[in-house]
Amino acid sequence: MEQTICFHCGDDCNSTIIAYDEKNFCCNGCKTVYEIFSENDLTCYYDLQASPGTIPKEIEGKYDFLSQDNIIEKLTEFNDGNTQIATLYIPHIHCSSCIWILENLNKLNPNISSSQVNFGKKNVRVTYNSQTTSLKAVVLLLSSIGYEPYISLDDYKTGQQNVNRNLIYKLGIAGFAFGNVMFLSFPEYFQVGEYWLEQYKHLFRWLMFVFSIPVVFYAGADYFISAFKGLRSKLLNIDVPIALGISVLFIRSTIEIIFDLGSGFFDSLTGLVFFLLLGKFFQQKTYSFLSFERDYKSYFPIAVTKISSEIGEHPIQVYDIKKGDRLLIRNEELIPVDGILINGNARIDYSFVTGESDSVSKQSGDKLFAGGKQTSGVIEMEAIKSVEQSYLTQLWSNDIFSKNKDDGFTNLTNRISKKFTIIILSIAVIATLFWLFVNPSKAMNVFTAVLIIACPCAIALSAPFTFGNLLRIFGKLKFYVKNAAVIEQLAAINTIIFDKTGTITSNKKSTAQYDGLALSPSEELLLKNTLRGSNHPLSRTLYDILDENNIISLNHFEEHLGQGIEANHNDNYIKIGSASFVGAKEHSILNTQVHISTNNEYKGKYTFYNSYRKGLSKLFNVLKTQYDLVILSGDNAGELENLKKILPSKTKLIFNQKPDDKLEYIKYHQTEGAKVLMIGDGLNDAGALAQSNVGIALSENVNVFSPACDAILDASKFNQLNKFIGASKSAIKIIKWSFVLSFFYNVIGLYFAVTGQLAPVIAAILMPLSSISIVVFTTIATNLLGRKLK
Amino acid sequence: MSVIYILLSISIIVAVVFFIAFITAVKNGQFDDDYTPSVRMLFDDELVKEQPKPTIKIKKTN
Repeated sequence: MEQTICFHCGDDCNSTIIAYDEKNFCCNGCKTVYEIFSENDLTCYYDLQASPGTIPKEIEGKYDFLSQDNIIEKLTEFNDGNTQIATLYIPHIHCSSCIWILENLNKLNPNISSSQVNFGKKNVRVTYNSQTTSLKAVVLLLSSIGYEPYISLDDYKTGQQNVNRNLIYKLGIAGFAFGNVMFLSFPEYFQVGEYWLEQYKHLFRWLMFVFSIPVVFYAGADYFISAFKGLRSKLLNIDVPIALGISVLFIRSTIEIIFDLGSGFFDSLTGLVFFLLLGKFFQQKTYSFLSFERDYKSYFPIAVTKISSEIGEHPIQVYDIKKGDRLLIRNEELIPVDGILINGNARIDYSFVTGESDSVSKQSGDKLFAGGKQTSGVIEMEAIKSVEQSYLTQLWSNDIFSKNKDDGFTNLTNRISKKFTIIILSIAVIATLFWLFVNPSKAMNVFTAVLIIACPCAIALSAPFTFGNLLRIFGKLKFYVKNAAVIEQLAAINTIIFDKTGTITSNKKSTAQYDGLALSPSEELLLKNTLRGSNHPLSRTLYDILDENNIISLNHFEEHLGQGIEANHNDNYIKIGSASFVGAKEHSILNTQVHISTNNEYKGKYTFYNSYRKGLSKLFNVLKTQYDLVILSGDNAGELENLKKILPSKTKLIFNQKPDDKLEYIKYHQTEGAKVLMIGDGLNDAGALAQSNVGIALSENVNVFSPACDAILDASKFNQLNKFIGASKSAIKIIKWSFVLSFFYNVIGLYFAVTGQLAPVIAAILMPLSSISIVVFTTIATNLLGRKLK
Repeated sequence: MSVIYILLSISIIVAVVFFIAFITAVKNGQFDDDYTPSVRMLFDDELVKEQPKPTIKIKKTN
């Protein structure tokens, strides 16, 4: 069968092809967007990239809250009454066509004076005239062309975020000073007694001194602060010998030029700080389109519709919802607070909260939990709690969310630094004592020389360059890690805990098994065609599983919400749905089932099973040799037997775990010495992800939100998990080898220092040489490691 | 020989000017988004091409 592709969104048009302007569209929504663009001469949109669009969603009434002044105030970053500037996050931004159309918004609405896209962050900054248009109008315009902005409770905060650019400034200053000092110190390297050099060397030296002042006191300030903090908490971290080295370099050089003893070590000093900062900069790999800090606020809406007897329906900010308020929840809207259903057909999708893909039907009077999404029609509910006190959001009041994970973790560099600092100090003292007896005039020279040459630049660079490079390699393989410390922690884990739903099972596909009487071809045809008309998630799943059939038109079709569907074609009559609706005698509470009867005769049932990710059992069998494996599920034990068959027998299977239980389980095992890697996906895992040593959120689509975590893994790479852990372990080995390399350089340097022959030129060669060879070594080694990963 | 003073001060002034330019560029956010501008600069041509002859607006892509 030939497929017709929608000109606008690129989806398969299925059976409903809408032809317009010699092009095919899959739905009226897509056609409308095309019409808007062609009327405004913006069809260039389709030239840049084929089928770049998306189907615009039904959004009637959804953005009514944007007409409230206090909400506009919070969402705009500039507002003087005439001009407003707002930055809107648009998840759909994905190609150059998107940038083009969004930067030409002024052609669609002349009151928009400019719009600028940041592709990496997927946002657009819109400047518009607030007298003639409004934020609401801009948002509606964006939604109508398929670029619906995502506005959540997270955006509801005042003021702009300050971007921290300190490191770039510091790096700039250090690099600038390093370059200039190198030029100025170069003539003296050769120690030729030329007349002009003798005359000008004092000027050169003082200029170098001036250049190194901002390097020491501004660019290198962090090392002094960190060393001071370390000493105060009785820790010899890597910054202690660095700070010692910097200060000795600066003081000795200053004394040398004041008393005309030599040219000083300003070149080494500025070079050292520059290389160290370069390492820090390289280690910072940020994914601007990802966030590792999300909590429930990123999922929740800013406002919902409140029904009051005095003023009818009006938008209300969710923080203002009080107990007893009547709320109106539209289709596709999120329930912001715990409440009781008053009326309407509630079909709640809790996939945000539990990762469970099947939606749940609720009757009037039932309790609704915050975080669920209404999926059929409008409902009315009464709030029984405020936002912060709701069942789901309460999880965030746990201490674990305010604790910094990196505290209390001594990294490899700092562990080595402790021994290193003690050794260096003792060498310095012994050498100084020796020279005090032999030649006292050289003693001070030797003491400072040892501290200068032993400054652990190369050691400090090993970890940043190894981890920094590995972060980039992982990123290319769709494993997005928050920072370098996570890789180190990942190498140390001994227990892996998996969530079930959405993590080891795939959200997209379920498998269904039929038992009962065999269906005749005409019944199968009827079944498939009946399911086609239904939007119920189970119908859609079953429809996709069944074989392709011809399309027939049904004589009668009726959907009973929460129960099932009945339909007939000619003389054949079919009922599909719940056990009671169809008239089945037996039904299982644990498993999801769909029952079928034709012509009032019970035929059988489809039982849905979770479909597990590809390579799951292979992955578990590889991992079981090295790690304790646990499945911690919020679901019931319906899948227990099934899982036992697939997974190695050592795997612990624990069901019916509430979000708090998961957190406590991990906490308990950590006190027993377990280093836990938690892999989860939903908001219900958020506590467990925060408590674990490394929390990885698995995501089918990394642009969709995932809870706060240390790393985000693309679901398609799930079966590679063991390789990522293995690579982290190898990274630790690489760092250890580069420590060996840098010790080798230190031994050479110490020879010159201890014998009292350290000339500035030797320091100036040795320091960059050791740093550069470390960078080259770690880069080559991690790239080889990365090649193995693919 | 005093020419070296002039040369020295010129070289340092030039260096400082570039340094200030760098700091201003960082402050204005030029390094915040390093992808979009590279795409944006390619658009201008198409806009100019489109405006004078809006009649041929529908072109085929697939």
